Amino acid sequence: MNTTMVKLNNQQNQTAANAESQRKEAVYHTKDLNLWYGTNHALKNINLEINEKEVTAIIGPSGCGKSTYIKTLNRMIELVPDVKTSGEIKYRGRNILQKGYGVEELRTKVGMVFQKPNPFPKSIFENVAYGPKIHGIKDKKILNQIVEKSLKGAAIWDEVKDRLNENAFGLSGGQQQRLCIARCLAIEPDVILMDEPTSALDPISTLKVEELVQELKKEYSIIIVTHNMQQAARISDKTAFFLNGEVIEYSETDQIFSNPADQRTEDYITGRFG
Amino acid sequence: MALPESRNSFSVQQMIQQKKQKKNKLIQTEKIVPFILLLTAIVSVLTTVGIVVTLLAETFTFFNHVSIKEFFTAQKWYPFSETQGSFGILPLISGTLKVAFIAAIVAVPIGIASAVFLSEYATDRTRRIIKPILEVLAGIPTIVYGFFALTFVTPILRDLIPSLEIFNALSPGIVIGIMITPMIASLSEDAMTSVPKSMREGAYALGATKLEVAIKIVIPAAVSGIIASIVLAVSRAIGETMIVAVAGGSTPNLSWDVTGSIQTMTAYIVQVSQGDAGYGTTIYYSIYAVGFTLFIFTLMMNLLAQFISKRFREEY
Repeated sequence: MNTTMVKLNNQQNQTAANAESQRKEAVYHTKDLNLWYGTNHALKNINLEINEKEVTAIIGPSGCGKSTYIKTLNRMIELVPDVKTSGEIKYRGRNILQKGYGVEELRTKVGMVFQKPNPFPKSIFENVAYGPKIHGIKDKKILNQIVEKSLKGAAIWDEVKDRLNENAFGLSGGQQQRLCIARCLAIEPDVILMDEPTSALDPISTLKVEELVQELKKEYSIIIVTHNMQQAARISDKTAFFLNGEVIEYSETDQIFSNPADQRTEDYITGRFG
Repeated sequence: MALPESRNSFSVQQMIQQKKQKKNKLIQTEKIVPFILLLTAIVSVLTTVGIVVTLLAETFTFFNHVSIKEFFTAQKWYPFSETQGSFGILPLISGTLKVAFIAAIVAVPIGIASAVFLSEYATDRTRRIIKPILEVLAGIPTIVYGFFALTFVTPILRDLIPSLEIFNALSPGIVIGIMITPMIASLSEDAMTSVPKSMREGAYALGATKLEVAIKIVIPAAVSGIIASIVLAVSRAIGETMIVAVAGGSTPNLSWDVTGSIQTMTAYIVQVSQGDAGYGTTIYYSIYAVGFTLFIFTLMMNLLAQFISKRFREEY
């Protein structure tokens, strides 16, 4: 019942989406990416092209490498000891896996929102101002503007404007997650990576974050890992299906959910496994 | 091989019933154990109370001989002088504070820097090697540190500062600093390591460097633990006895000078306990008054630590 609704909806939008995506430039070119945790081959020959100002969803069962992949895009994966990679990921034309590519510069351009909200144990204001501050913006007036703009951008301004100096841990889980999105927006990134951003949230907070993603894609390129297939179908333009460290299928979201090319994709999205 | 029987030849429920009778004894032990545990806890509480009571009683006797005003305001500590004996504790306090202050200047930066290194930069292997070594440093008997100060550090310092006396505040201060560094390093490292990884990730994802993460995220989040470690270490420095008794000298002096001979509260108690004074004399009672002052000092430090760590706590 639900899937047919999604299918119908998507078919209507398909032509429009196709025409739009042709005008877009790619932010990420992934070519023959392999990744090992020690001896465990976690990503196998990944080839993906991700467009700007779109929402790209990455779906797949647990342990399929989707989180690993998204963490490779801003090289957060390096925090795990014993990780080896081969192949290349070009971000705006430059290979980020190359020696000498400044990882701080990359992460300034590519923001990330995590599975569990992880605000800093500081005030709401300081949480949002942290990014601009470490990059040298000290002017109090400018910081005030940045904080307000970012919190508005993350649709949480009205809820927190009267308590900017309170500790961020006093917020609810859903508010904390939107605060983390605001923190990410504060440095005006080019790409926002979201690693299962709603998996720790209740349905209403999830809905708010999803609406926010729709809003944000006008200005940002968003790559979102999700466990929730309905979510991928609702909010993404393109979807990549990962299985056992490989990309099984990658195409327009409508295509994947209405007419998957691979039997395994169909089995997964119809809930036969995963 | 025999096939497993379709039904057990025994009943688990039956066995439980049988065991239950034996269990009655066990239940009694269950009741007695908490009582024994409570007793052991009371032992340490009673000991503390006993020490405080003894200190207080003897201190009151001392104040029958010497007025409280003299004790806290007189600027000379000449307990052994028959004719013009003077019991002003300020010189002893000044000796203690000078040494503790020098120790803190040495230990706080080194201790926190090593904690940052261990928790943020070191690989697991390095940490596994360095941490035990640090802890060995904390296990060295203080008398060894005392001789290290007197026979190794003092001569080097005297080459650098010709006016330095053989017994001085500087050398034991530095050595006590070395002694308490591992304490600060180890406890601060524990506090920093327990800052959740997700917080570091949040900062890294904004393009922060390792140093920015350490200074602006990890240290503020761990600050209450760090302050607690510093206060604990400084209390240790205030109470430290052997190093100052060996290398600090025995000349109570109220001054800012760190190059001359000093005497700390602890070193004075050692001096008197060694048998210079007979039971019942003013000097005998004075060690209780000094001991009580010392106790107040460490108590204040603990209260201060609690206040500061509550005040600056970043809850997560």
